[in-house]
Amino acid sequence: MKDFLQIIFTTQFGYSVLRVTTPILFAALAALVSDRAGVINIALEGIMLITALTGVLFSTWFHSAWLGLFMAVLMGTLMGMLLGYFHLKLKTNVILAAVALNLLASGGTIFVLYLIAGDKGISSSLASKVLPKITIPLLDKIPVLGPIFSGHNVLTYFALLSVFLMHYFIYKTPLGMRIRAVGESPEAADSVGIGVKKTQFIALSLSGMIAAFGGAYMSMGYVSWFSRDMTAGRGFIALAAEAMGGATPIGSFFTSLLFGFFDALSNSLQLLRVPSEFVQMIPYVATVVGLVLYTATKRKQYQRMLLKIGRQMEPKE
Amino acid sequence: MKNKKLAFESLRTVLAVAISLVIALVTILLVSDVPGVALKAFLFGPLDSMRHFGNVLEMMIPLIFTGLAVGIMFQADQFNLGAEGAFFMGAVVSSFVAILWPMPAFIHPVVTILMGGLTGAVFCGIPALLKVKWGASELVSSLMFNYIAFFFGLYLINYFLRDPNAGAMVSFLLPATAKLPVIIPKTRVHFGLIIALLAVAAMYFFNYRTRWGYKNRLTGFNSLFAEYAGIKTAAVVISAQLIGGFIAGAGGSIELLGLYRRFSWTAQLPGYGWSGVIVAILARRNPAYIPLAAFFLAYLRIGADLMSRQSDVQNEIVAIIQAVMIILIAAAGFLEKAQYKMVFRDATKNLPKADNTAQEVEG
Repeated sequence: MKDFLQIIFTTQFGYSVLRVTTPILFAALAALVSDRAGVINIALEGIMLITALTGVLFSTWFHSAWLGLFMAVLMGTLMGMLLGYFHLKLKTNVILAAVALNLLASGGTIFVLYLIAGDKGISSSLASKVLPKITIPLLDKIPVLGPIFSGHNVLTYFALLSVFLMHYFIYKTPLGMRIRAVGESPEAADSVGIGVKKTQFIALSLSGMIAAFGGAYMSMGYVSWFSRDMTAGRGFIALAAEAMGGATPIGSFFTSLLFGFFDALSNSLQLLRVPSEFVQMIPYVATVVGLVLYTATKRKQYQRMLLKIGRQMEPKE
Repeated sequence: MKNKKLAFESLRTVLAVAISLVIALVTILLVSDVPGVALKAFLFGPLDSMRHFGNVLEMMIPLIFTGLAVGIMFQADQFNLGAEGAFFMGAVVSSFVAILWPMPAFIHPVVTILMGGLTGAVFCGIPALLKVKWGASELVSSLMFNYIAFFFGLYLINYFLRDPNAGAMVSFLLPATAKLPVIIPKTRVHFGLIIALLAVAAMYFFNYRTRWGYKNRLTGFNSLFAEYAGIKTAAVVISAQLIGGFIAGAGGSIELLGLYRRFSWTAQLPGYGWSGVIVAILARRNPAYIPLAAFFLAYLRIGADLMSRQSDVQNEIVAIIQAVMIILIAAAGFLEKAQYKMVFRDATKNLPKADNTAQEVEG
């Protein structure tokens, strides 16, 4: 127990929480924008995987991490559009289309990796670039806060910024409002002249774009290489984080941080003498527990509300 | 009319498969330095020897089980993707039963497979219960449980069944009494194939000839309607996932007892649950078509394996084919216009002349 506390109450641990939260947070925001438009996007896992590889490949070819990031984001947007095309135009069930994209990502990335790097597991033979880390002046001099909040990858700061950008976008811009309208009631949105399918298509494209930042971070920030199935379920965890966050940007931020905490815990506890299998299970168990607690309380609230309405409706003596 | 609709559906499936194959062939032509060798191995490799064809039949067996499992859960409109974990956990528990409980031959595999099946049922039942009781999405929780199953299974094998004398992290040898016999000489095709085909027949009967199966289909088709018609949809939904989990778990057990000397899936999940999704979609959820779909997918994969051994094209190319197939087959909009035209032509063919109908309406 003492070892356990020693691990958690260090600045390194605080730093690593933010580091591992970043991809989950991007994916949760990506899940949010499509969910708000009424489409569940479980292809996030595959989109992150493909964009992680895209970033590595193009940063190698262009000798520039930024161009790698740009191409990854472009790729993610295209993947989102592809999902939108399958779902909205070809009318494929969105879950099945996403399962197909995820399977394609898992096998396809290995196929491409072998073609280009000559290895089926890892891209270490490629001289790919890494996005820079940023030291925040003044903040890095402050004890405790400095080591935790300064010196992160540029995308980590962008992820934190994205929470506010998403908040602004979804609540204050016309497009954000249209997305929410379509998600809440497609018929009502349609009746006032909002193109439902067009809006959902835009939302899915945006979703792919945001997930791409998470994917690029995985291979050009979190680590400096691509390895097979490296996203390891983060796209799925993000879906739970978004649901638990009540589909709001701020809420999703805190739940992503929670799952990031468990992810970091699982990384750190590998030093202790706990069977590593249990440690590796932590993020997934935490996700299930969190999801169940959230939906259970939500359901109770709903039932209580119904009861209250029912009582008010009863005729008074 | 019904036959015509069925014919159209089959045509669509065939066309989707054809398109995905063409995409794969073009990819092979583009990336390979020896496209002739690669194509020959991919398309005809499985037929060139009894052993290779045996490989196809072997691979069919787990695909049939997970295809049936996913099929029945999708039939009830439950997107439980836990077949992957159920298959894995079924095999883990089966290794315990097979290694730790000595039993006479014949009885040993039966008990082992039943225990594997029960494990799978419990495994897929948990997300089902969480959904019905607390409303947690079975999709997300079953995905998480797959990861949990993998690490939990690894823990069990690593701490209780690991053979210290084997070089890698694998279990002790499975006893001969628990193994399933080979049924086709010169191949490794085992008795599991017969069990798989019996399971197909049983599921077909369940689906189309029992009241339970009817309730299951009705609930999947329109759960509100089913609820109003007096069907307890919660019970139906849970039972569908219990049955699906049982089939997947038994499948994992049978795969282990039929083909393996030790439990050795310690690097990653074997992936048959996801393949089950593909098989179920290819078969359009009808159990009768599951063996056909499983055969097709197994043929593709063995062909791709042979191609990767004999040429410079990797077997992951199957991933591309699978993705295109799933999307096109599940796409209601694919060839929709042609379908409308057909329906319209049929509907207007037997109508009396336009002016006659007009008079009738007036009169």
